[in-house]
Parts: sequence; structure tokens; C-alpha cells
Amino acid sequence: MADFGSFALILALVLSFYAFAAGGLALYAGPRADRLAETSRRAGIATFIAVAAAAAVLVVSVLNNDFSLAYIREHSNIALPIPYKFAALWSGQEGSLVFWALLLSAYALVVRVKHRVDVKLTAYASVILAAVQFFFLLLINFAAHPFSLVSGPVPPDGNGLNVLLQYPEMVIHPPMLYLGYVGMAVPFAFALGALIMRYPGEKWITVTRKWTMVAWLFLTCGIFLGAHWAYSVLGWGGYWGWDPVENASLLPWLTGTAFLHSVMMQEKRGMMKVWNVWLIFITFLLSIFGTFLTRSGLVSSVHAFAQSTIGPWFMWFLGIIFATCLFFYIKNRDHLKSENKLESLVSRESSFLFNNLVLLASCFAVLWGTLFPKISEAVQGHQVTVGPPFFNNVNIPIGLFLLLLTAIGPLLAWRSTSFESVKRNFAIPAALALLTAIVLTVGGMKPWREWANLYSMMAISLAVLVFASITSEFYRGARVIRNHTGLSWPASVTQLTRRNTRRYGGYIVHYGVIVFCIGFAGAAFNQTNEQELGFHDKMTIGPYTLVCQNYTQDDNPNYGSEMAVLDVYKNGKKMGTMYPEQRFYKANQQPATMVALHSTIAEDLYLVYAGRNQDNDHPIIKAHLNPLVSWIWAGVIVTVIGTLVALVPNLPPERAAPRKIAPAGHAAEENGNSVSQPHPAHVEVGD
Amino acid sequence: MKRLLQIIFIFALAFSAVGSDSSAARFEKLGHRLMCTCGCNQILLECNHVGCPSSDGMRHELSSGMAQNSSDDGVLDIFVQKYGPIVLAAPTMNGFDRVAWITPYATFALGLGLVTIIVRKWRHVPLETKAGKIDDPELEERRKRIRQDTEL
Repeated sequence: MADFGSFALILALVLSFYAFAAGGLALYAGPRADRLAETSRRAGIATFIAVAAAAAVLVVSVLNNDFSLAYIREHSNIALPIPYKFAALWSGQEGSLVFWALLLSAYALVVRVKHRVDVKLTAYASVILAAVQFFFLLLINFAAHPFSLVSGPVPPDGNGLNVLLQYPEMVIHPPMLYLGYVGMAVPFAFALGALIMRYPGEKWITVTRKWTMVAWLFLTCGIFLGAHWAYSVLGWGGYWGWDPVENASLLPWLTGTAFLHSVMMQEKRGMMKVWNVWLIFITFLLSIFGTFLTRSGLVSSVHAFAQSTIGPWFMWFLGIIFATCLFFYIKNRDHLKSENKLESLVSRESSFLFNNLVLLASCFAVLWGTLFPKISEAVQGHQVTVGPPFFNNVNIPIGLFLLLLTAIGPLLAWRSTSFESVKRNFAIPAALALLTAIVLTVGGMKPWREWANLYSMMAISLAVLVFASITSEFYRGARVIRNHTGLSWPASVTQLTRRNTRRYGGYIVHYGVIVFCIGFAGAAFNQTNEQELGFHDKMTIGPYTLVCQNYTQDDNPNYGSEMAVLDVYKNGKKMGTMYPEQRFYKANQQPATMVALHSTIAEDLYLVYAGRNQDNDHPIIKAHLNPLVSWIWAGVIVTVIGTLVALVPNLPPERAAPRKIAPAGHAAEENGNSVSQPHPAHVEVGD
Repeated sequence: MKRLLQIIFIFALAFSAVGSDSSAARFEKLGHRLMCTCGCNQILLECNHVGCPSSDGMRHELSSGMAQNSSDDGVLDIFVQKYGPIVLAAPTMNGFDRVAWITPYATFALGLGLVTIIVRKWRHVPLETKAGKIDDPELEERRKRIRQDTEL
């Protein structure tokens, strides 16, 4: 089996090189090399089959407990449940690189199969993807081979999977994150291809945007699944620790978000072309940088892979990508000149500019904080820690400013907006936000006592501001449709969204963002308590009282466990029983916490079995009361729904709801909006 | 004007109290400014390692340090002297550490300046570009529809 896997990897390497070299030659030769170009495309497709075969061999080896392979011995054991055996594929350095190559070849497969969308542009993108694929296969074949055999006799059992990874979300979180990271290669390939070929027109930007949205969606899911996993498994009561590896995933997400906003300026006004191209380049570079950070041992992290020798490979790869991007930018930069100028500071364009500035400032702050320990070591001779206090202090004000822009942006028109219009549209949302701040203060938030309280109040008030401004957009648009078609309000909102899925899907994403920002704001009011509990002992936290009913031990082939049985009362009323647990995994001799969680819309009661008193065996329970955490997960679901809506094509004009018989132009007059009628059977609703 | 001054005074009074805390919250606050030194890369009060060799002792040191020192900096200095600067959860505002804090804001200010320059340039210099002359019917059709869509 191992020989077949090794052969598949070598074959994939050869095929990806052929796809790159033959594809490059065909593009250089032009139309007379069409057949060569087709062989390159087919070699690219075959690369997927070869990499998939190698990955399948690895999975089958894990399932068969083939401990003759060093990778399987290190990351699996006989007692490991089958779903986690699949997770072993990406739990180690070598396997995760195979997984990366598999996802990249799968993305490239889709690109190559759908090449008729734009044959020439796809050919360029395909060659670039083949080059990226070639690098990863080079790495897998010569620096991190997954089919290396153990030296000496084959061990009867393996070391087992990292205990922190033995959790259901771990079967989903890394693939999502990888789909996001790897997915950024596709828009990068299209953007670089378009720049190299001096693509006429702007269809490429539409293709690039869609692919970026797909990758961004996966990255968002990956990041928040990771946060949820950290919250549920690590047992420290939080979901985001500003760990370097967490930061690495945030960097391309921030630049990708910036691109998804600024790309609208290019599509609608022909502006920001250089900026957009570089945003996509940087997003991909940061994806690779994140991978480098995770695997090189450059910074210490709780979930980085062990220090390895592949760091220099990534440094070279980053250098080559950057040099290639810079070369083609300098060569073809005249192709990227803006077609329009900014006409007013009070316009949608300028709000996007500031939005981009803020997102990139946040990205830089995260990157800077992540690398500063190394910079400090180089300058001062000693490392310093750059932990949550730094990142929170720098990023929270930036985030609040971004929320403000999120509220203002939709209320501004393209090109220019009068102050009167801004005042008219902004008055009610601003009043609601102010009212929220007053209610929170009267309700006891006391923003003058702690910075955290102040930030929290500002976040909730700004969230209300954003909510009101977006809702007013939906209201105005739906009212026009309702007046023209006679549809009900829900049907009008649906119709409105389907006519411009990208815009209204984007607004739904913003709804999601404000929901999870409110969730973040709850962290200012977290409470913690720790206590040793004997039989029928009580501890209180907030409105909850915990009564220890029992503590017990259990054992199975994979792990032994200790557990406390706690009855939970809220304001004297019994809510149920919770079972915080601690496990000790036998294969790798490591303990793990199994958090007991009671989650409501208002707060989470989060219980950790922190250990036991060696003298009397009483469990020590750490209780956290975390307000509004469930809002974070709800916000992510809304964000995902919004992104999916934005990916759906617009409703064709001929399928729009028929117009109600009414005097022409009536609705436009009554709404103050321009309503064009390119087709008599439908209405177009403007900004 | 008088009302404006009154408002400013009230805000100044209110926010002068921001950051002040009770002694009961001091342990929490300082405990979140220190790192556990067991290698877990976690904030001292958030370290949850079973049998952690460092955090319990450090928590006791924090309690006794707080009893001996009225200033927060004094307490933190005790830890820095014992464990080195890596024990602090964030860079200080002294020496080269200041660069860590200043750089993000300076970069943001620089970016803001650049954006302002770009905006001014766009607003005052008419652009004549090759790209503007692209004769692409599909593109023009698309732009036309977008302008219709977005015009107020």
C-alpha cells in the first residue's frame, strides 16, 4: 500500500509539472498550440486523481492500523474511533500537506472542468494553480513524505491522535479552514492570470470575486468552528486567545473581506484596480504565510505543528510568489489604471476606501503583534509576550470604527450623497443607537467604570445603528416592490433579495456580523468561580447554584475518566444536571478536559472539572458564566446564510413578480428612489 | 457654548473614572496581565492545565505581591524580576516595547494620510487612461445596468 501511495505522489508531481510546463508553453505559443494546452488541462485533472489516490491510501492505512508507516504510528492507535481516524489525515505535518494538495487539486479540477467559462483566462489560472500544486507536491515528496516506514520492528499499536483533536468539530474545523486557505489560490490564479494576459474587460473580476466568496465562506466557517472547538474543548472559558495560529487564519480573512468590499468599486466604477489585484495577491500570500507560521516553528503556539525543516521551503515559495506578482504588476501596471475618479468624500466609494483602510490596519496590527516577539528578540535580545491585552487594546477600537462604517456605508450612494440625504437616512438609526446607549447605562452597564464596559456599550449601540441602517435599506427597497406588485411584505423582501442577491446577501452578512459583535461584547461581563465540592456541597456563580450530587470514575480502551455530577439551580429552580469531565488518554498519556455547557440566549454556564483534591478525592470545579456567547455562533450562521444568498445568481428580469397596474413613475415619486423599467414585466430597485 | 462646555465637563468627569477599579477586582485585572510560565501560552488566570507546575504558585505570588505593593506596576515588577519580561501578557510602555504599541496606530495614521492624498488626487486630476477607452459592449451593458441599479 505504501509503495502505491508513494508512486501516486510521484505521479502527481510529474503530472503537475507537465500541467505547468506544457500549459505555459501553450500560452506562449498561442492558438497553434491548442492541443498542447488541452494535454496540460488533462494532466491537471489527472493530478487530482493521483493525489486523491495517495490520500485514499493514507486513509485506508489508518483504518487498517498499518503502524509500519511512521505517520500512522504517530497519529493513530487501534482504539481510536473511526471518525477520528479520518481526522488523522490532517492531524500531522505530512498528512495535512497531502490534504492541502488534495483540496488544491480538487479546486483546480473544478476550474479545469468549467474551463469553457473563459477558456483563455482559465488556461492561465490553470497553469498558475499547477505551479502552486507542483510546489506542494515537491514538499510532500522530498521534505515531508507521508509514507515513510518506521525503522525497526513494527509496533503493535500507535501513539494515538492528539487528545485535543478527539472532538467531533475537529473532524470539520480543519477541512473548513483548509478549504478557505487553499481556496484563496483560485482567485489568486485568476487575478494573476488576468494581469499577465492583460485581460480585456472585467469579467475576470466577477470570476475572482465569486471564488473569493467561496473561499471566504469556508475560512469564516473554519475560523469560527475553531473558536467553538477551543471554547468547548480547551476548557479555559474563552473562544479566542490571539494565539499565533489563530491569528494566521485571521490575516487572509481580513484582507479577503477588504477585497470583497473594494471589488465593488472596480465592478461598478472601474476604480481601485491596482488595489484589488494586490489585495488578492496579499490574501494568498498571507494564506501561505499562515501555513508557514503553523509549520515552521517561527513562533510558539499551542496548536502549531512541531518544529520542522520545511520552513525555508515556504520562505522561498513566498519569495517566488511575491517576485512573480511584482514582476507582472510592473510589466502590466498600465492595464490597471482607474477609469473614474472619486467625485465626493460623502459617497459609497469613500466609505469603501475607509473600510479597506480599517480592515488592513487591523490585519497589520494582528500581523505585527504576532511577529513582534521575534522582532523584540532581534532588537533587544529577549522575547516579549504579545498576548490578548495587546490585541484587544489595538483591535477593539478598530473594530468599533469598522462597525460605524458598516452602518454609514449602506446609506451613502455611489458617486455622491448630499448631507441632507445622509441626515435624513441616518437620523432614526442614530437616535436608536443613542437610545440603546442610554438604556444600557440606566440598566447598570456603567461605561465609566471599566474600558471593557465602555467598549461593550459602544459595540451594542453601534450594532443597533448597523441593524437600523440595514433594515431601513430593506424597508425602502421592499416598499417599492410592494407598491408596484402588491406582494406581501415578506414576499417583497424575498423578491428584493432575489433581484440583487449580492447586495442584500451582503446585508444579511452584516446582520450576522452585528449579532456576533454583540456576542463579543458580552465578554466584558464574564464571571468565574472555582471551588472544591464534596457530596452535597454548593457553589454559586451569578444566578446559578451548583450542588455536587456525586463524583465518579470510568474506563474504556481509549481513555479513563473522572466526572462530577452537579445539579444546577437557577434562582432556586432546578435546571438539570451537568457532568464536567476529565479524561486521561492511554495511548499518548495525556489528560483532556470535557467541558459541561449549559447554553442559553442570555448566557453560558460553563463548567470545567479542574482536578481533584488528592487528600479527599473531592473534585475541583471551575465555573464560568459567559454572557451572550450563543450570539456569536448564531451570528456565524446568519453570516453563512448571507454569503450563500450572495452567491446565488440574481433573479432574471423575466421571472420577477409582475407589476401591479399603477400610473407610471408613481412608486418612484412616492419613495424618492429611481425606478428604471428596462422590462415592462418587472421593476428594478435602486440604492 | 455654555451647554457644550457643560457636556464636555460631564464627559471628562465620567471618563476620568474609566479604568479605576476596586481592590476586589485588582487580582483579576493583574492576573490577566500576566502569563502562565508552564509553556501553555495562556493568561495566568486562564491556565487550566491539570497539575500545572506554575500557575498555582504564581497566583499565590500575585496575592502576596498585591499585599506588599500599592501600585500595580510594583506587583508586575516583582514578576518581571523573577521570570523575565516574557511573563507580562503585553509589551510595556518602556523602551523598545513602546514600538509594539505605537506602530499599529502610526501605520493606521499613515494609511489615513495616504488615503487622503489619493482622494485629493482623484478629485482634482482628471484621468485619461487607456483602460477608459476599452470598447467592450458587455462591460458597457453591465455598467449601464449597474448605474441604473444604484442611482438615487
